[in-house]
Amino acid sequence: MYGGGYIQEEKQEATSPIDDSQKLAEFEARIDRGEKIEPHDWMPADYRKQLIRMIEQHAHSEVIGALPEGTWITRAPGFRRKLALIAKVQDEIGHAHLLYSAAETLGKSREQMINDLLTGKSKYSNVFNYPAKTWADVTVIGFLIDAGAIVNQVANSKGSYGPYCRALERICYEESFHLKQGHDAFITLATGTKAQHDMLQDALNRWWKPIMHFHGPPDKISEHTAKLMRWKVKMATNDDMRNQFLDMYVPKILEIGITIPDPNLKKNEATGQWEFSDPDWDEFKRVINGDGPCNAERLAVRQYVEEHGKWVRTAMMNPNQKVVIPFA
Amino acid sequence: MSKIPLNTPVLDPRIKRVDLESTYGTTAIGENEHWISWEVFHQKKRGDQHVHVGIVHAPDAQLALLFAKEQFGRRLACVNLWVTKSSDIFSFSYDDEDIFDNATAPEKQYREASGFRVMEKINRYKKSKQKA
Ligand SMILES: [Fe+2]
Ligand SMILES: [Fe+2]
Repeated sequence: MYGGGYIQEEKQEATSPIDDSQKLAEFEARIDRGEKIEPHDWMPADYRKQLIRMIEQHAHSEVIGALPEGTWITRAPGFRRKLALIAKVQDEIGHAHLLYSAAETLGKSREQMINDLLTGKSKYSNVFNYPAKTWADVTVIGFLIDAGAIVNQVANSKGSYGPYCRALERICYEESFHLKQGHDAFITLATGTKAQHDMLQDALNRWWKPIMHFHGPPDKISEHTAKLMRWKVKMATNDDMRNQFLDMYVPKILEIGITIPDPNLKKNEATGQWEFSDPDWDEFKRVINGDGPCNAERLAVRQYVEEHGKWVRTAMMNPNQKVVIPFA
Repeated sequence: MSKIPLNTPVLDPRIKRVDLESTYGTTAIGENEHWISWEVFHQKKRGDQHVHVGIVHAPDAQLALLFAKEQFGRRLACVNLWVTKSSDIFSFSYDDEDIFDNATAPEKQYREASGFRVMEKINRYKKSKQKA
């Protein structure tokens, strides 16, 4: 997972320092030629800022995204599913490491990023503010949320910032396993007993709205997409990514007898665009701003882990410290 | 900072197990508490070059190797890894990129195999022999 492709916008754009116009022209020409930008190259302040925000949010999404699945490892049905889920969760944490390292090349330290996550200042993908109530939720996440993330990550791996592209290439390689194991678990439930089928249908019904939110608000209400696309920070618009996702995955849901809880969902063959009911963008905004079913729980777990891991980190910082033998 | 309201149904067993209220809300990570950066080099099989693959954060070389093994040696073939502190890497600046232009410049063809056309000369010689 889990870059939602949606860069959550800050309330008030700080005014960027005025950039050198000749350097800006060279920078944009370089991007037009398909060259990659490297950490020590000149770049507009706004390019740096947007990339930090995007890569940081992507990294946080990997960390927080591992929580709903992580809690299901002990309860996953069968040894093979447990092993696969452990491997997947480890991959997601690995993705976070790769992404924090990429973001650090732009000048924000990992400690700062984690602190901003803990205080709620930085965002992460909105879908993880929803609960994974049953095993079927885990299969919906593993199949469809990872699928949505792959659409975004494959696009972004062709972007302009070298370190981010390199991290994404490796991430995409691992994601192919996530998608496949999720699809396998999804099909198993869909084609299993009636209880299994119903459990999956119920999970998909609850997840459909967050899935439709995943790639971010429609293009007509999201700001500054044009500049981000010109700079190849963003490689496809929210609507394009959502459309591509629906194209690829709606047939895979329907072919195994699961229905989608939106009577208006259909592809307009003339335009090639999917049409669907309004997925409640007000709810999306509410949840992103802290008022979702699991926001507090997710941050509380992160806080707990940081605080209780602190002594280990501190101990490892002082490898030469003598062991003191207790008196009694 | 938001606290979990009491009687919220919470699904994460770590929250159920511990009394989170008492520990929650004060954590801040100190600078360098997540350690310094190390560059990782990966060798796919004996005889190959080690190739740079990325970065890990660790307090010392031993742990850097351990984390590198987890991050870059758990998938795909690997027989060996190197780590070195990022701060020990010296490099040119991309601002000076043009100093390398010479390497592939057309006027340097005299040091490429493709810069020499022997067949033309051989054929010319053979032709002249036939005529004679
Ligand atoms: Fe994933
Ligand atoms: Fe991931």
